[in-house]
Amino acid sequence: MQQVAEWVAATSASLWVQEYFWLVPLLQTIHILAVAMVLSSVAMISLRILRVARSTTITQTAQRFVPWIWTGLSLQLMTGVVLIVGEPKRTIAGNPAFYVKMLLLALAVAGALVFQSSVRRDSAFWENATKRSKLKSVLVFAYFALWCNIVFAGRWISYLHGG
Amino acid sequence: LGPKLQSITEFMSWLESLRLSLFIRESWWAFPTVEAFHIIALTLVVGTIAVVDLRLLGLASTNRPVTELCAEVLPWTWGAFVLAAFCGSLMFISHTTAYYGNHALQIKMALLLLAGVNMLTFQIVTYRGVKQWDRDAAGPPPAKIAAAISLSCWIGVVFFGRWIGFTILPE
Repeated sequence: MQQVAEWVAATSASLWVQEYFWLVPLLQTIHILAVAMVLSSVAMISLRILRVARSTTITQTAQRFVPWIWTGLSLQLMTGVVLIVGEPKRTIAGNPAFYVKMLLLALAVAGALVFQSSVRRDSAFWENATKRSKLKSVLVFAYFALWCNIVFAGRWISYLHGG
Repeated sequence: LGPKLQSITEFMSWLESLRLSLFIRESWWAFPTVEAFHIIALTLVVGTIAVVDLRLLGLASTNRPVTELCAEVLPWTWGAFVLAAFCGSLMFISHTTAYYGNHALQIKMALLLLAGVNMLTFQIVTYRGVKQWDRDAAGPPPAKIAAAISLSCWIGVVFFGRWIGFTILPE
């Protein structure tokens, strides 16, 4: 991966990102705003499943907020790719925080997909408060914790990179 | 505190000399950890505020009463804000003399203040008549203006907050 990082760093796309000093903070800002979309949407759905909020159905809450999870993830992907191209040695050249983050992110994407299709297929399971309520609570807390750990791993990228 | 602290500069170096500040500064894990909690909290603040702002603008959750949405969302916004402010303060005291006088931080604080004044004005003036437009698809013009100012301020707060990290390099 070291060679890949060096090759990417020499491309004109990478040099372009490196040249504009305001581009990296701007991209990171959009990246953080995208995290705000995802984390807040996850929080809103979580509060509804935990029945802290109850004025809408779970299906309605999912329809309202799951699309924002995908919008946020797409924005994170786009800004993230440019940030990697701009500073490849910081991430893909063996930074453990980066790889942990990608692994957790894959789990988070899978979790969102499973939840989305589960609500579509069996909304009654989710709407029924008495059905497997403990399991649902555990899943909600685990999923929110997963996203918090993605933020942690993301922040650690800047402390664990060698180059 | 005492007579020794005669100026703001002395106060700042006193803050920086606290054992807690020293610990955050010197420990290898404390600062990144506080930073991560700060980001988790601030993304919840900005995201939940956006939920309300987009409702006022008539762009999302338009079928829900404004009062119901506010009652459900805003307590969490405040909780997250307290956590973000707490973590922000811990970061501040760890490098007080560097942060104090940092322009990015000053602009961020000014935008926070503007967001606060905007919110207060909205609460005291516009929100008082909420019963008349609670179920409308969008708020009245003053509510829309307040929502637009709020969204802009918070995006600015995130940008200048991130900018601080680029103007002060960790040692």
